[in-house]
Amino acid sequence: MRAAVIVFPGSNCDRDMAVALEAAGADVSMVWHKDAALPEGVDLVAIPGGFSFGDYLRCGAIAAKSPICKAVVAHVERGGFALGVCNGFQVLTETGLLPGALMRNANLKFLCKTIDLKVETSDSAFTEGYNAGDTVGFPIAHHDGNYTADADTLAQLEAEARIPFRYVENPNGSVADIAGILSENRRVLGMMPHPERAVDAGHGGTDGQALFRGLVGQLTAA
Amino acid sequence: MKARVHVMLKNGVLDPQGEAVRHALGSLGFDGVEGVRQGKVIELDLADGTTEATVKDMCEKLLANTVIESYRVEML
Repeated sequence: MRAAVIVFPGSNCDRDMAVALEAAGADVSMVWHKDAALPEGVDLVAIPGGFSFGDYLRCGAIAAKSPICKAVVAHVERGGFALGVCNGFQVLTETGLLPGALMRNANLKFLCKTIDLKVETSDSAFTEGYNAGDTVGFPIAHHDGNYTADADTLAQLEAEARIPFRYVENPNGSVADIAGILSENRRVLGMMPHPERAVDAGHGGTDGQALFRGLVGQLTAA
Repeated sequence: MKARVHVMLKNGVLDPQGEAVRHALGSLGFDGVEGVRQGKVIELDLADGTTEATVKDMCEKLLANTVIESYRVEML
């Protein structure tokens, strides 16, 4: 299974993402934002956390217009898989690949701690390694993780079970305690918490391993 | 020529920064501030002949996130 990790100026979780994917068995290449094409045969594009372009204008807004993002949109439109974590989630909403937007945290604070999430569905390549109802601990580290979407979008996300992760205790004001959402075809996941920071005992937790192992397993079998 | 673009959170979208400013004004003794909305102003230096429609296109594609923000263009 081949994965590409996109690197923007200001990305800072790109290597963590690569390590997590490699540990799960993926063949990972790093791709610079100015490249116009993804490497041949990529199954999964991972957009890492960080502060791409200094969060100028809006978080993820400038990154979403970079040359590589055109290739990422084309990859997703072909049915390819994509995972966006933290700033990566913001980039995915700014490209329009995922609905809604991420606003400043309701309490205006930068939040950096490990929090509990409830897994709501195992019906996706990202969450098939969990059981619905599981509680997992992932770190969060963000200032703009307050997810919002219009009422119709929310109703659709709920009806189609496209909210795989919810906060047990809402830290940032996200509507419906949303920590992550899936695309309509369930092949794109955006989430604020960092599964790649919970894949080694040295991280203080390994709850993220099942996400990467499940994903690599599914895409390798496909 | 210049254009000025005003970007604001849409009505109904909670503005936590505006709320914080409102509280701070209250604690400075400014009574009667019933609401604060914070937005941004973007000034563009443009080649002569650039149309308002082009600036609106810039807003739709980059300057505003129309999921949560509205914008107003002033051609100067």
